[in-house]
Amino acid sequence: MAPRLLEFADELRREGVAVGTSELLDAFEALDAVSWSSREDFREAMGATLAKSQEDRHVLDVLFERFFFRAVEREAIAQELTEERFQGAEDLDLDALRERIREAIRAGTDGEMRDLARLAIAAFGRQGEGSGVIGVDVQRIRRTLGLRGERQQAEPGDPDSVPRERLNEFERHVRRELERQMIERTQALPPAKPLRELDRALPTNPAQDLSQVHRVVAQLKKRLASHGREHRGRHRSWQVDVRRTMRASLQTGGVPLELKYRPRRPRRPELYVLCDVSTSVTSASVFFLSVLHALHDQFRKLRSFVFVERISEVTDVFERERSFETVSRRIATDAGVADVSGYTDYGRVWLEFLEKVMDDLDPRSTVIVLGDARTNGREPHAPVFGHVAERAGHTFWINPEPRLYWNYGDSVMSSYEPYCDGVFECWTTKQLEAFVNAIAELRPAGGR
Amino acid sequence: MSREFETIEEARSRLGEVGYLADEPAALVSFLAGRLGKPVLVEGPAGVGKTELAKALSRAGERDLIRLQCYEGLDEAKALYEWNYRKQLLRIQTEAHEAGWDQVRDDIFSEEFLLSRPLLTAISEERPVVLLIDEIDKTDQEFEAMLLEVLSEFQISIPELGVVEARTRPLVVLTSNNSRELTEALKRRCLYLWLDYPSVERELEIVRLHAPELDERIARKLVEVIHMVRALDLKKPPSIAESIDWARALLLLGADDVDRAVLERTMSIIVKHRTDLDLVAERVGVKLGDGVLGQAQTS
Repeated sequence: MAPRLLEFADELRREGVAVGTSELLDAFEALDAVSWSSREDFREAMGATLAKSQEDRHVLDVLFERFFFRAVEREAIAQELTEERFQGAEDLDLDALRERIREAIRAGTDGEMRDLARLAIAAFGRQGEGSGVIGVDVQRIRRTLGLRGERQQAEPGDPDSVPRERLNEFERHVRRELERQMIERTQALPPAKPLRELDRALPTNPAQDLSQVHRVVAQLKKRLASHGREHRGRHRSWQVDVRRTMRASLQTGGVPLELKYRPRRPRRPELYVLCDVSTSVTSASVFFLSVLHALHDQFRKLRSFVFVERISEVTDVFERERSFETVSRRIATDAGVADVSGYTDYGRVWLEFLEKVMDDLDPRSTVIVLGDARTNGREPHAPVFGHVAERAGHTFWINPEPRLYWNYGDSVMSSYEPYCDGVFECWTTKQLEAFVNAIAELRPAGGR
Repeated sequence: MSREFETIEEARSRLGEVGYLADEPAALVSFLAGRLGKPVLVEGPAGVGKTELAKALSRAGERDLIRLQCYEGLDEAKALYEWNYRKQLLRIQTEAHEAGWDQVRDDIFSEEFLLSRPLLTAISEERPVVLLIDEIDKTDQEFEAMLLEVLSEFQISIPELGVVEARTRPLVVLTSNNSRELTEALKRRCLYLWLDYPSVERELEIVRLHAPELDERIARKLVEVIHMVRALDLKKPPSIAESIDWARALLLLGADDVDRAVLERTMSIIVKHRTDLDLVAERVGVKLGDGVLGQAQTS
């Protein structure tokens, strides 16, 4: 068994789960303690010792199924075992079968579902419709059986629908049985494919994307608050609070053994966020707006602006509304963005922005621009942007385009770049996280 | 004295006896923790019973519970040990004249002048204990690094005294809300357990365990509503503790159904943000008003 486990660990490593020797030793020890016969316990023991985060755990579960299924099949090929196929498929009554399967999906055990999956495949094979592609066959079988997953608000009366999760389970059984048949036919295992992104993803609901953005932005807040603290060392620049030190020294007979420091208040970041909502960034603007939305949840001192040709402040909209849908609808309809031509005019945006916030900008404020820097051939007014960046403590630019496309066509990223503390390409939450990490590395401008 | 779990089944049933309904992974990890003597890292959203698991382990294993609550800025002096300066000073003052320096020095760095903090207490305790390090993600990375020695060797080095080794192996439970990625080094030393919100059935059992007088039908509907609320995009989804609170409140109020009026009156027990309140009233309240929920049970 030990070599098998090592193989399994190898496969986990290929999928990016960090499995070290110490984890493996733990796994062996854990497997000594639990019974080997229970599949559940076995898997849980591996999960507790090898996977160290929820994502890892999910990958492990998927791989576990596949790996041990393949291991069994390989053994079967080696020993030239084939399973007894179900005989007498000719006599099967499709309607009765349909009914039984539906029952099993609603209430049946794992074993029952497996048996019925085999029956279904046999009945299906009789009709001579096997396409040879497993995914297609599964869909055909499901259609032939007339199985439908329950919808969100199904009327309980519909006899044809079955719980969606259970149906997925049944489909998994069908898929597995088909795979097994295929392996028996070809006498070889298909090559193991790396997991697709889809398989890796945790089960989701539609709100998840939004909540992920929220999570990353919460991180951003922490990073901005403790900005650069670690670079200075914890105690170096603290001021001794003489009064409190003297008072504390009374307990030790007047000897100031314990120094009391003035508590240092973390800087409260002031954010100015400018968000491009023009057509050239349509695909990214939902993402941008959700970033803005999340920022508003986290920061008190935040002013947000959207712009196309001209700029418009939307701080109120975000503060009044909580639901993301309402916010995006209101911004689309009545944010008052002067969208005459639909083309972004960055130069004009800077002039207007500077005019609006000139007096409020100070070294404590951070300016974040979300946009693609495509000016549609108009004057970029880079020095004006430079002026904004100069007044603000930090300036960051988040560009939704891949770095490769920057400065091609009408993109003038390079003329703004020198004024920024950092520019980032960013259109997924992962890249947003990279952005957050990167700005944590920067030294504060005013704090030295 | 403490009793180890012999099998996974036993772990589950004994945790159940002390009021903690463990699911399969939780029972197995509790069993393994005792067997392998490894710390357990429990992660999951707020309010799924991470801390409760540690408490249940201490009750079920008849071990004392020592708790270290983590927060930003927690340091060695608060977590490990500290020298009792005042006492040392008094000692020096009383003996300054007769004794030589060498003797005083040996004296003032003895165990008598050591203030032990939770970690040292847990290590030096003679009876077996459960050490709960709560919300480890609130501390900084330096503190995590300091924990490594304690967690892997179960010992603490005090420069003046030498190494203090554990007399009995404490059962260590670390909890984290996942607000910060923990270091690999720490994770490597722990068994990992992810606790999530329970399924309807399991949560129903939990609610029934803690509020046994509540009618089964109401309890089920209550749990269904809670699950519906969790599916919304809230600032803070209701925890298990809050569903138990709600069940008890309904008992006190003598409610005989969970309908729209009851929900609106008692909503503040499960939802704690103003904006969330509006959202829940709008989305869930309407459904209750139409009687979509609970039909399967009543009809």
